[in-house]
Amino acid sequence: MRLLEFQAKELFGQYGIKTPKGKYSKNIDEARSHAAELGYPFVIKFQAPVGGRGKAGGIQVVKNQDEFELKYPQVAGMTIKGEKARAILLEKMAEYQKELYLSLFLNRSKRCYTIIASGEGGVEIESVKNQTIREVGLGDVTPQVAEEVAKSIGLSGNSVSDFVDMLQRLSKLTIEKEAELAEINPVALLKDGSLLALDGKVITDDNSNFRHPDMDKYQEKTELEERAEKSGFTLVELEGNIAVVGNGAGLVMSTLDMLIDNGGKAACFLDVGGGATTESVYEALTLISKMKKVKAILVNLYGGIVKTTTVASAFIKAYDDKLIDLPVYARLMGAESEKSKEMLKNTKTKMFDSVEEAISGVVLGVSKHG
Amino acid sequence: MADIYEILRGTKDSSGNYQKMPVIVQGITGTFGSLHAKMMMEYGTNIAAGVTPGKGGQKFEDCVPIYNSVKEAVDATGAKISIVFVPAKFFLGAAKEALDAGIKLLVAIPEHVPIRDTMQVLEMAKQKDAIVIGPNTPGIMIPGLIKIGIMPASPFKPGNIAVLSKSGTLLYEISNALSRAGYGQSITVGIGGDPVNGTRLIDAFEMIKDDPDLKGIVVVGEIGGDSEEILAQHIIDTNFKKPIVAYIAGRNAPKEKRMGHAGAIVMGTYGSAESKVAMFNKANIPVGKRPNEVAMFLSGKMGSKD
Repeated sequence: MRLLEFQAKELFGQYGIKTPKGKYSKNIDEARSHAAELGYPFVIKFQAPVGGRGKAGGIQVVKNQDEFELKYPQVAGMTIKGEKARAILLEKMAEYQKELYLSLFLNRSKRCYTIIASGEGGVEIESVKNQTIREVGLGDVTPQVAEEVAKSIGLSGNSVSDFVDMLQRLSKLTIEKEAELAEINPVALLKDGSLLALDGKVITDDNSNFRHPDMDKYQEKTELEERAEKSGFTLVELEGNIAVVGNGAGLVMSTLDMLIDNGGKAACFLDVGGGATTESVYEALTLISKMKKVKAILVNLYGGIVKTTTVASAFIKAYDDKLIDLPVYARLMGAESEKSKEMLKNTKTKMFDSVEEAISGVVLGVSKHG
Repeated sequence: MADIYEILRGTKDSSGNYQKMPVIVQGITGTFGSLHAKMMMEYGTNIAAGVTPGKGGQKFEDCVPIYNSVKEAVDATGAKISIVFVPAKFFLGAAKEALDAGIKLLVAIPEHVPIRDTMQVLEMAKQKDAIVIGPNTPGIMIPGLIKIGIMPASPFKPGNIAVLSKSGTLLYEISNALSRAGYGQSITVGIGGDPVNGTRLIDAFEMIKDDPDLKGIVVVGEIGGDSEEILAQHIIDTNFKKPIVAYIAGRNAPKEKRMGHAGAIVMGTYGSAESKVAMFNKANIPVGKRPNEVAMFLSGKMGSKD
């Protein structure tokens, strides 16, 4: 799960990593009392799981109440890289001499955690210069290693011990919460040499969620995504109008790629898992029926073991139950595909022999009928 | 590293046939485990024993003895291979038990294993010189000889092309197209869709690259991590000359969203399809835009087939 900035900072707080004083809100009424409590000036920060918020205008300095009344609704109403604000963070500003970069990151190929640090932070990691990189096994950082990293990025005096402290706390968080990434960018080097986490990004291993019930409150899932998960599916909602359904993550990604290559716009990515049964396909259609924007459904199933007739009967049941009235463009690979075609002959489901033909069909169909 | 071919098929006997190596199924009495144990037996895999704690002494399908522990199963059968079907949260314990009992090839089917558990298992496997395939893998097979996994039999034909894949269904899809085009498979290795894999693409490549009968390799990658880039660089560095063709799924996936597989996520530029395609191209490996292009590209690379 990818924590929002204010959630990551809440976690930092639990682990004793210092952050600026701040309050998050879901609406301006809530925020007004926070504004009074914090006192001007402060920054208002757009909270969504995207980078580059500053550049897009999602972080604004507010000097007085008039500015607050003007800018809060502006920032709250923004869409950045397709994401709407989940909350707004009001935060006190800090005067600092320098921005640093610090993260603990799971290097998947090396199967170990890596410390990445730099004396030049505040930009996205790809642009961070003069990186110090240290491999640290399962994520435990000794004071010696932390001190070496601190010195390598040019820290001296009391900043070194502050950095060692911050990195060790970040390491504890990473291990205990099973994070794939715990990033502080930037770390502010204050005038007195102490350090402050100005931003925070934490991505945890979803497969370990069952061991961390205390983190459930950070789940940012739509109702449909939650329902999909209960059925053992993965649903990612997208902006377009063609629902993409298939079995197996790779196959559905591949179908999505080809649809978009051919000018189609995907409404969702829906992976029903490796197998496919009448029930699972019916449940997938139920989920799609709740997405108003969907104009057509593209189905690509590779039924190695499953008969295609089981899938075909799910479509028929969905039409009979008046669950869907949408056209379905399906490629069902597997046994008894001729029989499935026959079953679906008088329905709104068209069966194709290849996924390429199904995609041409759905793109043309949607463009004709708007 | 242990020789994967020797583990899977032993050595040829006097009449030129490979051995039927014994395989243990951990979780053989579960719904999924029993279904696939049966299918592996139908394929001809020598399922020598099952393990389900508390069900020792019973028989699976009236012929396969069930034991309470992997140790007992190994002692009785001499198996070096185990396939694990237990739920993800029990994987760490099951894998440790198998490695402790002397298993040298562990095929880890469960999806949703926490990364930390996988990392601990891999640490142990390294000490014991064992190979782990997965987790979240369809398995490994030598078509026509042995199938250790959940893949259907129909897409695969014996041949000389090795297929290494992060995705299950794309492995079936692409192998099916290869088989139809006349390119059977010498071996197929499911890498798995998790962020941390017991056998990475580069490890799988190392396992199969010296097979004298190998005529070509197909790599099926997807967004997330950098194992495709590392493999491509390795191929450049070692000047490997046999034909290789690749496919990458997820070119049009949004960033920072997990696309079905725990490992299929782009963070910044880490794990992006652009980076993988660029590196493969640098290694002179064509990348199909559609799964169906893979067999076509391979045919182009191999020239006329014999």
